[in-house]
Amino acid sequence: MITLTNRSKPVNRKKMTFLESIYIWNTFIGMMITLKHFFKKKVTYQYPEQTRPYSPVFRGVQILNRDEEGRERCTACGLCAVACPAEAITMEAAERLPGEENLYREEKYAAKYEINMLRCIFCGFCEEACPKDAIYLSETHAPAAYNRKNFIYNKQDLLIPNPKTQPEEYAQAKGLREINKKKK
Amino acid sequence: MADQPLVKVTIDNITIEVPAGTTILNAARKIGGDVAPPTMCYYSKLEDSGGKCRTCLVEVSKGSDKDPRPMPKLVASCRTAVMDGMEVKNITSQRVITARKGVVEFLLINHPLDCPICDQAGECDLQDLSYGHGEEGTRTEFRRRTFEKHTLGNQIQLHMTRCILCYRCVLVADQLTKTRQHGVLDRGDRAEIATYIEKSLDNDFIGNVIDVCPVGALTDRTFRFKNRVWFTKPVDAHRNCSKCCGEVRLWMRGDEVFRVTTRRDIWNEVATASDGKTGWICNECRFEKKKVSDWVIEGPTKVNRKSVISANKYVAATKPDEFLEEVMKGVKPRFMLDIHNESEVNEPELRLDLIDGPAHSNDFKIADEAHNKKLLNGSE
Repeated sequence: MITLTNRSKPVNRKKMTFLESIYIWNTFIGMMITLKHFFKKKVTYQYPEQTRPYSPVFRGVQILNRDEEGRERCTACGLCAVACPAEAITMEAAERLPGEENLYREEKYAAKYEINMLRCIFCGFCEEACPKDAIYLSETHAPAAYNRKNFIYNKQDLLIPNPKTQPEEYAQAKGLREINKKKK
Repeated sequence: MADQPLVKVTIDNITIEVPAGTTILNAARKIGGDVAPPTMCYYSKLEDSGGKCRTCLVEVSKGSDKDPRPMPKLVASCRTAVMDGMEVKNITSQRVITARKGVVEFLLINHPLDCPICDQAGECDLQDLSYGHGEEGTRTEFRRRTFEKHTLGNQIQLHMTRCILCYRCVLVADQLTKTRQHGVLDRGDRAEIATYIEKSLDNDFIGNVIDVCPVGALTDRTFRFKNRVWFTKPVDAHRNCSKCCGEVRLWMRGDEVFRVTTRRDIWNEVATASDGKTGWICNECRFEKKKVSDWVIEGPTKVNRKSVISANKYVAATKPDEFLEEVMKGVKPRFMLDIHNESEVNEPELRLDLIDGPAHSNDFKIADEAHNKKLLNGSE
């Protein structure tokens, strides 16, 4: 017989003695193994009270970045969409009107920006392709939802809070990030 | 050309016979492939073009059979005629490769590198050239030259900051339209393409300056910011036009015609039309015929596999049959998502192709209202 490992044992077909057939000794061995695990370090996390630390390269739900003045960085160049292997990203561009300089960083901006999270595979290619530091994969999961339509994220869902007009929300989002960092 | 004697020229160890008087560049283009030097200013369809950008520099290692001395300096292949027995080195010469790197650096010295917002990105000769032959980083720390952007006429957008002064557009205006109203003003660093005293250009063929421009300096204002070229689908189409050949390339999204351009050949120049003339198209075809019903569509354009325009285009793919209903014996599947009900992109109420210039926030307000109405109706 060809064995794959040298640990395999032929089946012992000898008739058991009386002492063996009441299994006391074998039961004891089994219980000892169970008992040993009581004193080992626990591998489970008591989620939601306790969360697992994420890897620093964890790729979560996307965010659209703003610059320090609160202007949207995205110029709808389409590189994220063309890099996306799942074709999850779509956008429509518009020209910045005079007076909108405080909203958009450059003369062209994304009027519509959508990520279909049903398609997204969190590969991070969009972040890598972006020449404007506009899209990042954050450290949070994409939340679950009951409806498929809730997985179509538009620009408002993705944009980070504006540090100028929503300083509290911005600080909160930033604080969460720092708390998470400290936990690690 | 038949009565002209043929001369033998060897380019990158490939020997070819061409009529005397042919330039090295055209001889190399006859061989084709990587042997042909890249060009930024030379345009075979325009007389007297070339000799300005220096990207087509080649090394002549043997002048001719009669005078076998090598030429001391690299020569511009678009302006140098071949001699019998000439030996030319293009990609086999390290000198040429280094020199071309330098030329790219010079061309980019004042280029703003705003490819993310430039409509030419994806089909830009300078982009291809700098990716293929240039260095990765920049060494200059000086401020780049800047100009105010303005529109030539109503439909041509001029970004002078992106211009590399190849003079192709000036030659188009000179040779195609009898009345030239724009040219290069000022000199050196301050030289710029401009219309004389802001005269609007109303010639029928002036739109062709957009197609000859190797960079994004002259772009179509009716296509401005509408979409990236690689998301639009190119199809070849034609119509009966009294002014031009009417053979064009449409750049479409669904049934919307976003842009109309001339057809291009393998050198990214305007292709020859079926009547044997160069396929320049008139402004009416280019700017005003933005409906599918205006055109007879011949079929999708064959796009080079290496081009970004070929991305996400599934030419041979067939749509699979919807089998769910059949399997479920006529019961329509529930909980399916029609992306068009939810997505705000490509709203039927907002026809980007029918807007003259670039879309603005007020255009998108209409689409937003329509979308909100649809959501309300959906939830009832």
